[in-house]
Amino acid sequence: MQLALVHARYQLLETARVPVAIFGSAFFPAAAMLFFVVPFAGRDPVGATFATGAMVTFSVMSANIFQYGVGVAEDRDQPWNPYTRTLPAGPAPRFAGRILAGLAITYLSLIPVVVIAATLTRARIEPAAFLLALATVAVISVPFTLMGLAIGYALPSKAAIVVAQLVFFPLAFGGGLLSAPGQAPGFIEAIAPYLPTRGAVELMWAAVGDYSVSPLSLVMLGVWVVVLATLAGWAYRRDEGRRFS
Amino acid sequence: MTLARAERVSRRYGDVLALDQVDVEVRAGELVGLLGPNGAGKSTLISLLVGLRRPTSGRVELGGGDPRDPASRRQIGVTPQETGLPGTLRVGEVVDFVSAHYPDPVPRGELLDRFGLGELARRQCGGLSGGQKRRLAVALAFVGRPRLVVLDEPTTGLDVEARHTLWEAIRAFHADGGTVLLSSHYLEEVEALAQRVVVIGQGRVLADDSVEAIRAVVGVRRVSLTADELPSLPGVVRTERVDGRIHLLTADADQLVRDLVASGVGFRDLEVRPTSLEEAFLAITATDAAPVAA
Repeated sequence: MQLALVHARYQLLETARVPVAIFGSAFFPAAAMLFFVVPFAGRDPVGATFATGAMVTFSVMSANIFQYGVGVAEDRDQPWNPYTRTLPAGPAPRFAGRILAGLAITYLSLIPVVVIAATLTRARIEPAAFLLALATVAVISVPFTLMGLAIGYALPSKAAIVVAQLVFFPLAFGGGLLSAPGQAPGFIEAIAPYLPTRGAVELMWAAVGDYSVSPLSLVMLGVWVVVLATLAGWAYRRDEGRRFS
Repeated sequence: MTLARAERVSRRYGDVLALDQVDVEVRAGELVGLLGPNGAGKSTLISLLVGLRRPTSGRVELGGGDPRDPASRRQIGVTPQETGLPGTLRVGEVVDFVSAHYPDPVPRGELLDRFGLGELARRQCGGLSGGQKRRLAVALAFVGRPRLVVLDEPTTGLDVEARHTLWEAIRAFHADGGTVLLSSHYLEEVEALAQRVVVIGQGRVLADDSVEAIRAVVGVRRVSLTADELPSLPGVVRTERVDGRIHLLTADADQLVRDLVASGVGFRDLEVRPTSLEEAFLAITATDAAPVAA
């Protein structure tokens, strides 16, 4: 545990020294808030709250897929990474440290979305629901963290950037993050429950407002977590640093 | 007591066989040099011994256990071959990070002073010179008070002075009872430090012997000349004729030249060159059709 904190601290230190990395993951959801949520749903308290929940989910997804997918793949390119694997610590503290740091950065990247929602829209939330939403952020980080780790450990960094970009938009759109609950186009309503983004955003909606989660989305979210965990575990084990043949 | 051991170890990358049935043993208190040309398999062997990679076949042991088990690595210190320190972290932070992994680390100031880095604790690693980075990388191997230090090409890219500073630190560690496994493609470095040398070429152990014995083998020189016919000369390990030139490999070039002159045979364009390690070993192992020493 002590070591996990050490690893988390140095991860954060490295990220903090290049702060633009944090702005990157905060920018897109904040921009989407300004361009789509504020003008279209900003006046309706319920709609604005749900839309903010969706943007928070979006932000959690993109922050995690990018920081783990691209971050891990880039670290694997660095000779420092194999060196740390010769230290007398198993993968657990490094993994845990990375995830603690990732969670911290995820929360940081949510601040602009929440600030915009609080000041420029009529979105509102009870303190208890706000705490519940904070906890939900940690829960819905799980599938996207695993997805990022799978991408990062399975692919070289240049491929990881492309794959991260390729998966995140369809997941956001297909999961219905860009529409209000039940308002997405028909084909999206049909496929959404099978995507991890849907289960995630439904949990978030249930946390911030009056929304009941559909069992199918929740079960599929569980399936995604299992599949992605298996994939990430497999990719981690076969990784021996960068290889050339 | 054996601190590290490879037993009939092979490692394959796709179609390339990087290590072929290698046996190596490092006993407590030894200072072993791993010598071989680039691409010989030295780094692969080291990566297996420190648990970075798994052998394709054979067995690797570190302190009696599997090197992939973190507990086995508690008594070793490793230096990365490439200088890849995290550029944004400060020197002191990097040392603290590595220290956190060991129960009784060397205090930061003491370690940095020992490697002449005391002034640089607040500098970001990205701003260090090549030699400073290299010294920091080697220093990190000593943070955890290891019994065995594994140094992969520790002085590559260093100037003469920096190299000697590092050599001193390695010798001091060994004099205190530490065990060192050091890879290099410089014969000079291995001669200066090691007692025992393991020569690796094309993924195999070509020789495993004392420094003196190895020097006698790789100290071979190539005497080239143009002549019609040569009498048989003492001390010639191997004779090659290429494009009208005669190349003689010998351990004592001075004596060979004296003998040549004394024999009264006509020759011209005399040239004496050191052979590369690779040349010396491949030539000799090819003629003997067997490793020089087992």
